[in-house]
Amino acid sequence: MTDEQRKASEDFTYGCELCTSSDLTVDPAAAEMLTIADELGISTMFSRAAEMKPCPIGAEGACCKLCAMGPCRISGKDKEGKTGVCGATLETIAARNFARMVAAGSSAHSDHGRDVAFTLKAVAEGEIEGMRVTDEVKLAKVARDFGIEIEGKDVSAIAGEVADVALSQFGQQTGELLFARRAPEKRQALWRNLGITPRGIDRDVVELLHRTNAGNDQDYEDILDASMKCALGDGWGGSMIATDLSDILFGTPEPVRSAANLGVLSPDQVNIVIHGHEPLLSSVIVQSTRKPEMIELAKSVGAAGINLVGICCTANENLMRQGVPPAGNMLHQELSIITGAVEAMVVDVQCVFQGLARTAEYFHTKLITTSEKAHIKGDGVVHIQVDEHRPVQAADEIVRRAIENFPNRGDIHIPTETGQLIAGFSHEYIRHMLGGKMRASLRPLNDNVMNGRIRGLAAVVGCNNPRTKQDAGIVHIVRELIANDVLCVVTGCAAIASGKYGLLAPETMEYAGDGLREVLETVGIPPVLHVGSCVDNSRILTVLSEVVEEGGLGEDISDLPAIGICPEWFSEKAIAIATYCVASGAYVIFGGVGSPVAASLELMDYMITGWEERVGGKLAFIQDHEAIVASALDTIDAKRAALKIDAPRERVLFDMEMRRELDV
Amino acid sequence: MSKIIASAAIRGAHSIVGKAEAALARAKEAYGAETAVEFPNTAYYLPVIYGLTGEKVERLSDMDRVLAIAQDLLPESPSERLWLPYLGDTLDAGIATLLAEECIEAMRYVTNDPPPVNELWLGAADDVIMRARGVEFVDGTAPGFAAVVGAAPDNATAVRLAREMQEKMLYVFMAGRDGATSFAEQLDAEGVQLGWDSRLVPFDTEVYGHIYSLGFATRAAMAFGGVQPGDFERILRYNKNRIFAFVLAMGEVTDEWYATAAGAISYGFPTIATSDIPQILPTGVCTYEHVVSNISCDELVQKAIEVRGLKIKVTEVPIPVAYGPAFEGERVRKEDTYVEMGGQRSTAFEWLRTVDASEVTDGRIEVVGPDIDDVEAGSVMPIGIVVDVTGRKMQADFEPVLERQIHHFLNYAEGVLHMGQRDLIWLRISSSAKRAGFELAHIGEILHAKILDDFDAIVDKVQITIYTDPAKVDEWREKAEESYAVRDERIAGLTDDTVDVFYSCSLCQSFAPNHLCVVTPERLGLCGAYNWLDAKASNELNPAGPNQPISKGELLDPTLGQWSGVNEFIYAKSNQSVERMSCYSLLTDPMTSCGCFMCIIALLPMCNGVMVVNREFAGMTPSGMKFSTLAGMIGGGVQAPGFMGIGRGYIASRKFLSAEGGLSRVVWMPKQLKEIMASSLAPRLEEMGDPDFLDKVADETIAETEEAVVEYLTTAQHPALTMDPLF
Repeated sequence: MTDEQRKASEDFTYGCELCTSSDLTVDPAAAEMLTIADELGISTMFSRAAEMKPCPIGAEGACCKLCAMGPCRISGKDKEGKTGVCGATLETIAARNFARMVAAGSSAHSDHGRDVAFTLKAVAEGEIEGMRVTDEVKLAKVARDFGIEIEGKDVSAIAGEVADVALSQFGQQTGELLFARRAPEKRQALWRNLGITPRGIDRDVVELLHRTNAGNDQDYEDILDASMKCALGDGWGGSMIATDLSDILFGTPEPVRSAANLGVLSPDQVNIVIHGHEPLLSSVIVQSTRKPEMIELAKSVGAAGINLVGICCTANENLMRQGVPPAGNMLHQELSIITGAVEAMVVDVQCVFQGLARTAEYFHTKLITTSEKAHIKGDGVVHIQVDEHRPVQAADEIVRRAIENFPNRGDIHIPTETGQLIAGFSHEYIRHMLGGKMRASLRPLNDNVMNGRIRGLAAVVGCNNPRTKQDAGIVHIVRELIANDVLCVVTGCAAIASGKYGLLAPETMEYAGDGLREVLETVGIPPVLHVGSCVDNSRILTVLSEVVEEGGLGEDISDLPAIGICPEWFSEKAIAIATYCVASGAYVIFGGVGSPVAASLELMDYMITGWEERVGGKLAFIQDHEAIVASALDTIDAKRAALKIDAPRERVLFDMEMRRELDV
Repeated sequence: MSKIIASAAIRGAHSIVGKAEAALARAKEAYGAETAVEFPNTAYYLPVIYGLTGEKVERLSDMDRVLAIAQDLLPESPSERLWLPYLGDTLDAGIATLLAEECIEAMRYVTNDPPPVNELWLGAADDVIMRARGVEFVDGTAPGFAAVVGAAPDNATAVRLAREMQEKMLYVFMAGRDGATSFAEQLDAEGVQLGWDSRLVPFDTEVYGHIYSLGFATRAAMAFGGVQPGDFERILRYNKNRIFAFVLAMGEVTDEWYATAAGAISYGFPTIATSDIPQILPTGVCTYEHVVSNISCDELVQKAIEVRGLKIKVTEVPIPVAYGPAFEGERVRKEDTYVEMGGQRSTAFEWLRTVDASEVTDGRIEVVGPDIDDVEAGSVMPIGIVVDVTGRKMQADFEPVLERQIHHFLNYAEGVLHMGQRDLIWLRISSSAKRAGFELAHIGEILHAKILDDFDAIVDKVQITIYTDPAKVDEWREKAEESYAVRDERIAGLTDDTVDVFYSCSLCQSFAPNHLCVVTPERLGLCGAYNWLDAKASNELNPAGPNQPISKGELLDPTLGQWSGVNEFIYAKSNQSVERMSCYSLLTDPMTSCGCFMCIIALLPMCNGVMVVNREFAGMTPSGMKFSTLAGMIGGGVQAPGFMGIGRGYIASRKFLSAEGGLSRVVWMPKQLKEIMASSLAPRLEEMGDPDFLDKVADETIAETEEAVVEYLTTAQHPALTMDPLF
């Protein structure tokens, strides 16, 4: 290495340093924008959270507003013994509130999945201009999983049948969801035994709402069983359909290089921000921004080109497959507009907040809503209803409007921070990266967990929340876990957060523990793997099931030295995810604002000890970051001990007899 | 840091694929795109390509498709910063390398530039070698192979390492030079015997030659494991879990070495290097570490065995020369012989007998008469080797089984040659063995150690007396001959009808999971290595082992040789893939084959008969297929009526194809097989009343096509022509 190279190498950072001057965020780019917002007198989620305290009764799940005999609030020192007007106990009230969060969160993921299935159906029937099946291999695999005969059928026919079967999963009234068969045998048996195998995605949501309607299910254990059933229909149903069918349509992710944070906005190009959760329109917008005539048009208005960036999971969907850089996670939606450099923000569904409309009014930014399910009332908000059969037309119109808006740009202020990252770790690619085309498998992963180089696996997932210091928990926990040889996978806003601070760059292996680092060096991966958007938590379920199947780490997901952590949750969707992970056998820790059922100690305890006894998973709410890490490592070590892989293994040497026992 | 390895391997892969493309362009230009290209005498085309991709390369133009696949597999080198995952890519690069290397090597058989075979380098192994040697990988006599690249620091170290690996029963495959020399050339310079017989196999000066090592491994999966060509996943997994091979890299590791080693890693074969290259220690693709480096030559073999996860059981034999199966094929030439016994030049015999425990002092070795030291170089001596064994489970039936092992046990000693059995033995002891201190008592040491070790379940004590005093030799020979006669009588009385149990042999299930041999007194195992008595002894030795008694049960069909017990057993133990099996029929429910068969019987419909071809015969047969092609049709544990693999000894059995009319159905055999079988067939032909039958059987000097066979049969009045139609 020459001196120059060495200097360049020293100067090069993969992500931004933690900001220490702000109480609201550890992201220096966000801190910078918050200062500007203050200067301009623009309110943000951060400032509004500071101004308005959360309702203390609602925050703990002790407010029941299910009927007009109430709303009843159970509070005060002796609240454990109090009931509502109807006599509902604190446990019942808290459990019903929790259940309704699960139902709403599951609905969001699953309705997203339904739309992807409709898109696949339309593509199969040739109804969508410019779109076709991208991953035929995955199509065949999903078809086989659905029990569809594919011999002698063309791609369109198979895609049509896959879409039909996927759609049938929503309205199915009896039986079991097909993807639930992907779970380890033992887990499936457990679900059947408890009667919580989901029957139909919609049915189990509706039933949960029925149960929690006034005067129905008033046994919190039963309510929580029904919540698990509903949530399983999300994880092993709606979300898994969303993931797998998106892969079929838009391509199964493989590693891509990109960058994250507000620094990806361009000072001299037309900036378009795609925000929300769905891949359809946004993927077409990606194509549109690459059209020569669009680039020409941009140049004609004085821009250097078109720069497409993302927020939230629309960002993740397009990052994973196309390398579109995320400008930030959920809390950056307003901040990106405050840079003054965004010509258009195009939103679809979920986590798209009305505050955007007010923020956009201060700037030239066009806020464009596109989903018939997610309109926003506000001056200057443009709704372009996408004809789902003609998305290209809508995409072109959106891009053109953004370009035309460029001359209206005023002062801009773009923070310089970006984190370099690698994304695109689908479960298929994870197998590939461990063995190439011909030896693709999870064996090396299992082996290195068994031999202790990898102490355990952690999924760090979920949101940002302005009531907790932005990214502080995510970054701290991820860094500690990798330093302790825990391989992390990340999704959603936690993934984008990891990217901002360089945790998704392979160079970060330097900060991993010695054992983990050896594996990272061998495979050439970062210590933190970006596996996708929040519906892609279903990828984690698939990987864990495959890890079990690969052998050597027990017979069920609950045997694995693995943990799920959501450090900064805010959404009902996060609660749904937590519930299906627990029901699948995982220990899940939620950090940040605390438990939505904190009012009931009995319920809190049941979600730990009761659920663990029942399904092998548990849900704990722990606010201290150090305590989260300690609890995670304890659990991992306990699982290792139960698997008897906590001590170094002797090297087994094989003679002929032993080789005959090996599977070929 | 394995990124260095990944980068080097990917560079190497690009270089080798580029060379293959250039060589192909030149070869097509010079010889034409449709020029035939093949390795000698194999049914597996270019085996690595065939196994991993299913592509049959028969002409130069076929290589276009293969190199397109290689190109497609070639990844980009990892970037300096923000690199994408490279392990999977590196393994892909390794596979691309292998595909290209096999093209390069195969083209040399067309261009002869340079010739692929000369007095040192052996080039591609044909299917005859692969099957014969493959059996040793099946039964464990060869625990694995070392693929050696480069050269030892000096010739003496090379010899020492080779001896060490031979003693550990490993095959040593050699290709690639480090600088001006190679491991093979170092051994050759020191006069070490190279070749398949000594398990020291030199392939090529270039590292590309290791494609033959991997070709061997790939063919093993297809021939013995029944893996379909193109099922790359199973071919590679089969090798990871069955063929315990490893790469020894000695010298400076070049990009091309890295690329080839990356290919080997996909097979589960790790690399152990002498130089200080980066290591890859995490496990997964291989059973344990992938690359271990900076290992001194003293520890190299031991380390390699440990890294591959190989357990080798070596009996310590206290003699002054090297010892192991690798020396079995070693020749002792006349000019190197110090003393010779038997071989019709002196009286010589060996006899193993069971005696009462009180008469055996374990480990007592006595030489009665002069020793080697007492005679001049070049002398001929008489010898009588009498082995007394005792054991609670020893039976008289096992005496010949154990006695036949003397041949192998003595041959394993470096500098000792043994041939024949009973009173027809021929022994040579080389001058170098004599110089090393070898004495006749060491023959006793060998037999004592090996018999106790291999037969510990039935033998408790062993003592050996070696007679060289002529009078004593003659006296003991008479006793031995009495015993031989008693044995012969007993064996003659042993028929399928007189025993209640047959024995299974599932030894090859490790390689061919659905195949099972049924060994009966009148039909030995198809590999020729196990007759009924062997199987019985083996069952005593290892009651839970591969040879299990099968109660015959009800006789369902005496002509076909079907018993209810046999059918039930075979159904259960063939993973429910074979429901019925005839012991005596080629056409109705014939026995399946693993891949180790000595001979193949194939129907010749026009002749109303069958041909029998032995695996040593490389020529064309009247069936229109060579042995290697036929072998590809019947291996892997499937019933193929009209085709069957057998042990040679079965031809002389009364039950040979008795369902189809017996020996009279044989219309064609290679000349060599006729010669080998002549003496054992003689009494059977007498019995048939047709002592000149073999003359009526055509061979390759008479007929190479079925039409020509028919013509000859007519002239020779072969009985098959007048027998009932076969079907």
